[in-house]
Amino acid sequence: MWRGVFVHADGATMTQQQKKTVFEPWDEPNEQPIIQFKNVTKRFGSFTAIEDLTLDIYRKEFFALLGPSGCGKTTLMRMLAGFETPTEGSILLDNKDIAAVPPNKRAVNMMFQSYALFPHLTVFENIAFGLRRSNMPKADIPGRVEEMLRLTQLMPFAKRKPHQISGGQRQRVALARSLAKAPKLLLLDEPLGALDKKLRNDTQFELMDIQEKTGTTFVIVTHDQEEAMTVASRVAVMDQGRIVQVSTPDRIYESPNSVYVADFIGDINLIKGKAYHVAGEQSEIHWAEGQAPILATSATPCPDGADVTFAIRPEKVAISAERPEDMANAVSGKILDIAYLGNISTYHVELPSGDIVKAQATNTRRVARRRFTWEDEVWLSWTDTAGLILTT
Amino acid sequence: MDLRRKFLIFVPYAWLLVLFLIPFGIVLKISLSDTALAIPPYTPKLDWSDGWSGIISYFSQLDFENYVFLTEDSLYYVAYLSSLKIATISTIATLIVGYPIAYAMAKSPSHLRPTLMMLVILPFWTSFLIRVYAWMGILSQEGLLNQFLLWIGLIATPLTILNTNWAVYIGIVYTYLPFMILPIYAALEKMDGSLMEAAEDLGCSAISAFWLVTVPLSKPGVIAGSFLVFIPALGEFVIPSLLGGSKTIMIGKVLWEEFFSNRDWPVASAVAVILLVLLIIPIMLFQRNERKQREMEQ
Ligand SMILES: Nc1ncnc2c1ncn2[C@@H]1O[C@H](COP(=O)(O)OP(=O)(O)OP(=O)(O)O)[C@@H](O)[C@H]1O
Ligand SMILES: [Mg+2]
Repeated sequence: MWRGVFVHADGATMTQQQKKTVFEPWDEPNEQPIIQFKNVTKRFGSFTAIEDLTLDIYRKEFFALLGPSGCGKTTLMRMLAGFETPTEGSILLDNKDIAAVPPNKRAVNMMFQSYALFPHLTVFENIAFGLRRSNMPKADIPGRVEEMLRLTQLMPFAKRKPHQISGGQRQRVALARSLAKAPKLLLLDEPLGALDKKLRNDTQFELMDIQEKTGTTFVIVTHDQEEAMTVASRVAVMDQGRIVQVSTPDRIYESPNSVYVADFIGDINLIKGKAYHVAGEQSEIHWAEGQAPILATSATPCPDGADVTFAIRPEKVAISAERPEDMANAVSGKILDIAYLGNISTYHVELPSGDIVKAQATNTRRVARRRFTWEDEVWLSWTDTAGLILTT
Repeated sequence: MDLRRKFLIFVPYAWLLVLFLIPFGIVLKISLSDTALAIPPYTPKLDWSDGWSGIISYFSQLDFENYVFLTEDSLYYVAYLSSLKIATISTIATLIVGYPIAYAMAKSPSHLRPTLMMLVILPFWTSFLIRVYAWMGILSQEGLLNQFLLWIGLIATPLTILNTNWAVYIGIVYTYLPFMILPIYAALEKMDGSLMEAAEDLGCSAISAFWLVTVPLSKPGVIAGSFLVFIPALGEFVIPSLLGGSKTIMIGKVLWEEFFSNRDWPVASAVAVILLVLLIIPIMLFQRNERKQREMEQ
């Protein structure tokens, strides 16, 4: 199963691009969601873990939940698996309310954040556990388990007990166990957190591969944005029990709907100011005394004088020694810090107003010969369409 | 090795030496002696004044006669078997009563658990002897139990429970129940609740999840509890004497009679040594269980 990893490392990016043009069930009015959350609220005592949440997830989606610790991701998953019941609202699976269906009768498998491996069973028996409870013929079970073991590179550990393997190996056992039954809906609560980067990447592609082959719908919780970006068809960003934005990874990154999402996903410069309409889609943002206003575009112009936040990603800010002629926006400042990340460097530039703006540049030259260094006076510039005007 | 560590290692060994090995050596020595009308009632006695020859003549007089005697009289053999039977049945009964209690405790809200634990060990606050006497009051012909059963009309004539093996079983189960509950509770309480959820998620009903996950994971607690009940029950003396009848034969009772009624210390000591040898097997099994469990947890 792993054989194809390197081959489809490229292939996967291709399929993803295909997916973007072909697979968009959320835009099809006739498409029936596999999961529907309808105004779901979940309270623990007086604490509200999930608040009035409405969400549709479609068949064959790879749906990622992203959000800070304690925002309710696990709670959402547990409601899908059947371990928690909504305090208010309803959850539909295939158009049927699942409130009354017990966990063992749901065609849903969950990979637990704590793994929940059975300590008295070997790796093999752990993976076989669900299969033995299904109507799979007894003779087929070892074959299926071995397939899972190969998939997760656990062959050498099949006879060991969970306390005799490493944390990352345990995580893979948990993954293999939840995959074994090939459920309609698979819930993965931080499935890859304990893996090293290479194994994580391989497993990500493998998950996508499995998903393509089996047509299973995946809901995945992750703290790793890059992971969400790589695997997900859509990403939901959560904050304190609510969903702030649901969209495709590129839209979440390129057009976040709020400062919260912009700040949560990736690196971004946020500049507070007041917006004034100029012409057409263009607005000016007055952000500091004695500084030229920032020229930016937004599809829906906001009222003059409104408080807004201008957001721009560091890689969209160009850095140069001279003032560029053709850019809509340019400010000068002093390099405060340089973060060297191998392929790129992030320059932290302090403006005369005291604001710090980050700019990214690819390292086409070796470090010793780079153009800028600490304390250099530089110009930062960007076009009028590079940034976003956020009102919330 | 510094002095502190030497001392820390020395303490348990000194304890073992003073409180187990020396008394056991004395008992072993007496078991190899002969009865005599003397104080203490056995010979030979070690006479230090004769020096080496005294010690040599002392050892030459020791023999295994008493052990041979134990095999000749069927009383002892019957008593050992009967003790084994009573200890085994009581252990199983204690397990049947104790497991559900331990399970309920482990499943109760965590703020209630300390209280429940207290209730389990509360009986230890009063004398064991008094509690056994109380059972005499409960189980006798005119006792509370018979009165209650007559009152609700379940029986027409009082049952004879006291002075039968039934009373012994009840007494042992009652007395040793906490030793069964606590290890099982400890095993169940530290069980990760998400394991049951995982089992259900993978298609188990609540009952099969219990059998396939909870029971195997509580096994070390069950084994520990069973030994903690079985080992003392095997040599139990007070309960069969007070609650059991003349037909209840247990080795502890035989031992008592040899010592105090027959004043045959050597035979009594031989009985005690054999009992200890019998107990070594379950004690070793118990140790192995504990070791295996520690390995699982590390
Ligand atoms: N059984 C419970 N009783 C009370 N509060 C709970 C319970 N389960 C979860 N919570 C609370 O609900 C909130 C959401 O918890 P949840 O486990 O869903 O967070 P999460 O988003 O998965 O966080 P993380 O990323 O750290 O796993 C938390 O504040 C948590 O303390
Ligand atoms: Mg969580």
